[in-house]
Amino acid sequence: MSTRIRDMELEIMRYDPEKDEAPWFQSYTVPCNEDWVILDAINYVKDNLDTTLAFRWSCHMMVCGSCGMMVNGEPSLTCKTFVRDLPDKVRIEPLENFPIERDLVVVLDDVMQKLHQVQPYIMRKDDPPAEDVEYNQTRGQLMKFKQLTMCINCMCCYAACPQYALNKDFIGPAALTLAHRYNLDNRDQGKSDRLNILADHDGVWDCSFVGACSEVCPKHVDPAAAIQQMKVDGAVEFWKQKMGIVGDKS
Amino acid sequence: MAIAKKAIVWGLFAAGGTVTAFVVPALITLFLLVATGNVPDGLQFDQFHAFASSWLGKACLFIVLFLSVWHAAHRLRVVAHDFGIRKDALIASAVYTVAAIGTVLAAFYLLTIG
Ligand code: SF4
Ligand code: SF4
Ligand code: FES
Repeated sequence: MSTRIRDMELEIMRYDPEKDEAPWFQSYTVPCNEDWVILDAINYVKDNLDTTLAFRWSCHMMVCGSCGMMVNGEPSLTCKTFVRDLPDKVRIEPLENFPIERDLVVVLDDVMQKLHQVQPYIMRKDDPPAEDVEYNQTRGQLMKFKQLTMCINCMCCYAACPQYALNKDFIGPAALTLAHRYNLDNRDQGKSDRLNILADHDGVWDCSFVGACSEVCPKHVDPAAAIQQMKVDGAVEFWKQKMGIVGDKS
Repeated sequence: MAIAKKAIVWGLFAAGGTVTAFVVPALITLFLLVATGNVPDGLQFDQFHAFASSWLGKACLFIVLFLSVWHAAHRLRVVAHDFGIRKDALIASAVYTVAAIGTVLAAFYLLTIG
């Protein structure tokens, strides 16, 4: 087993809105094990060098989605980014496009509200089935949207998205993708209702299909593809509504 | 809340993108061939004129021209936005007006062939 140690210089952005006028950088030299992920190096700083550093993490295994940061300018899940793939000097910043709460912690209220806004739950128009009846789903029906359920809300995609950077009202990749996950679910009947929100101004049309979101997504959700599929749905739904055809997929 | 009218222009943009991606490279190649004097069989002036005189030919040509011009218009609008020009309403009316004029001209000239 290799346990090579390498000194790495971590340049970490610091910001305390109560004390600092502007964010600034502080450097720490960390003896890194090459098997570490960059989150381990940040935890080393917190445990051994500077207890005042604020950052979020929880699971250390790509599940909780809380450890997203900019690593050398790239939105990254820090528990998935290996030290061995990084140069000797690494710059760590809070996720781009979000207000800073403190140091590496960002304010996520905006995207939390957006995730809620897109109605991410199964909506039914038909009468509910008898209590002991289950909604069956075949493997094929599940596979239509399974990939989209892998999202862990790390918000790396919002940090990468040039359109969210320009317009904070844009619903954005993860929330649109979450909505598409329900639109594709055969148990759901709320697609047209949802499209009225998703394909409104600031909805899918603001996406210019640069694909940056899909490139940085640590869970390979491919939000850019989901959004393009939703544009097609939105365009079809528009003409359906114009022609007076109302109705949901069953 | 309702689906925004952007659905219309996006629909034309998407259809135009599909058509232009497939057809326009072939058209450019054929154009260059013809321009350099290597006219392939079937594209002789008389043959092509006959094609453009038929209603089917006119319809095909119109679809390609109409969708290409709307695709280009919407693409320019998005590019302007990406370059930081924040006058979207003005840009949109400008590019779509040009596209509308292009559409009318395409129809007009196609109808004069015959
Ligand atoms: S889509 Fe990917 S990048 Fe965006 S929040 Fe979900 S997991 Fe993170
Ligand atoms: S594809 Fe759309 S959502 Fe994804 S980064 Fe680009 S503009 Fe943003
Ligand atoms: S710490 Fe949970 S995803 Fe990285």
